[in-house]
Amino acid sequence: MPSLKDLRNRIASVKATQKITKAMQMVAAAKLRRAQSSAEAARPYAERMGVVLSNLAGSIAPGAGGPGLLTGTGQDSTHLLVVCTAERGLCGGFNTSIVRLAREHAAQLLAQGKKVKIICVGKKGYDQLKRNYESHIIELIELRAVKNLAFSNADPIGRKIVALFHEGEFDVCTLFFSRFKSVIAQIPTALQLIPADVTTGGDKAAGTGHGAAAQVGSVNYDFEPDESEILADLLPRNISVQVFRALLENAASEQGARMSAMDNATRNAGEMIKKQTTKYNRSRQAMITKELIEIISGAEAL
Amino acid sequence: MSSFHFEIVAPEKLMFSGSVQSVTFASSEGEMTVFANHAPLMAMLKPGIITVNEEGGAVQKLFVKGGFADVAPTGLTVLAETALPLADLNAAAIDTHIADAQTDLDVAKTLESKRLASEKLDQMRELKAALAL
Repeated sequence: MPSLKDLRNRIASVKATQKITKAMQMVAAAKLRRAQSSAEAARPYAERMGVVLSNLAGSIAPGAGGPGLLTGTGQDSTHLLVVCTAERGLCGGFNTSIVRLAREHAAQLLAQGKKVKIICVGKKGYDQLKRNYESHIIELIELRAVKNLAFSNADPIGRKIVALFHEGEFDVCTLFFSRFKSVIAQIPTALQLIPADVTTGGDKAAGTGHGAAAQVGSVNYDFEPDESEILADLLPRNISVQVFRALLENAASEQGARMSAMDNATRNAGEMIKKQTTKYNRSRQAMITKELIEIISGAEAL
Repeated sequence: MSSFHFEIVAPEKLMFSGSVQSVTFASSEGEMTVFANHAPLMAMLKPGIITVNEEGGAVQKLFVKGGFADVAPTGLTVLAETALPLADLNAAAIDTHIADAQTDLDVAKTLESKRLASEKLDQMRELKAALAL
C-alpha cells in the first residue's frame, strides 16, 4: 500500500506528463495543418507530371528501347529500397509500420537470392533497420535541420538515386513512405520508381487531372528539341518529384500519427489521474477514520 | 478570339490555372507564343519570363527557372522548376539562382552535365542583363 505522499507525487508526475502530451498534441495539430496544405499544394505538379510522362511514353515507338530510367536495365538482381521515415519518435506506430513494410520486402527479396541496398531518409527508420540490415544500408540522409520541406530538399535525393542508377549500382528502385489518407489513417506504401511505373501513374493522374482526354497514344507530339533530350531531363526530374511528394505525404502522416498518439496519451493520463485521485482520497479517509477510532477507543478505555 | 486552358505548376504549388488567350514563353529553341488550337507540342523551357494574356485582357508575367511546356489538345501545362511572379523577382533572388547554377557547374562531373550547367548559367546571366537588375 503506497503512502499518501507516494500517491500525491504520483498524481503530480502524471499531471506533468499530461501537460506535455497535451502540448505535443496541439503542436502536432498546428503542424499537421501546414503539412497537409503543402502536401495538397504539391499534388497538381506530380499529377501533371504523370500525365506528361504517360503522354511521352505513349508516343515513344515501342521496341525502340527508350532510356534506362523508363524501361529499367532489363535485369532484376539488385534492388534499392529508399525508406522514408520521420526524424522524431513519439508518433505511434508511424515509423514502425513503414519499416515493417520495408523489412518484409527486403526479406522477401533476400529469400529470392537478390541483392538489397537500402537508403534511409530519416533517422528513426535507420535506427530500426540497422538491427537486421546494417550491412545493406548504404546511406543515411537526415532532414532533421529542415523546418519547411522544399523541393530543394528532395532534389539531391532524387539526383543521388539517378546517379547510382547510372553507375549500375541497382536495377530496381522502390520508395517506401506513408500515404496520408486522413488524420487517423496513414497507409504505408511501396512505390516503384525505376523502372518508371508510367501506366498506373498516368491513369491515376488522369482520373483527377484535367488532362484526362489527352491520354496515351491518341496524340502525336512535336518535340522541341527532341524526344530523347526531353526524356533525359524529364525522367530524373520525375524521380525527384516523386521523392518530394513522398516526403510531403510522410510529413503530413507523421504529424497526423503523432496527433492521434498524443491524444490517446492525454486521455490515458486523464484516466490515470482520476483513478489515483480516488485511491488517494480513499486512503486519506481511511487514515482519518483510523485515527478517530484510535482516539475514541482510547477515551472509552479511560 | 478563342481561349484555352492554361496551367503553370511548380513543385510546391499550382501557380496559375485558368482560361487565357495566349501564352508566350522562352523554349530552348527560342521564344514562342501559343494560341488556342495549337498542335500538340512538348518543349523544354529555359530560364525566362512567361507572359500570360488572360481571357479578360489582364496580363501576368511570371519568372521560371527552366521546366517543360506541354501543349495538348486540352490546353497548355507548364511544369516549372521554380516559378514566381515577376514582381517578386529582384536582384538578390536572381543572384542566388546564379550562385546555384555556378555550384551546379562546379560539382558537375561529366562533360554532358558540365555543358548543361554552363548553358543554364549563361542563360541566367543573360536574363539578369535583360531585366537590367
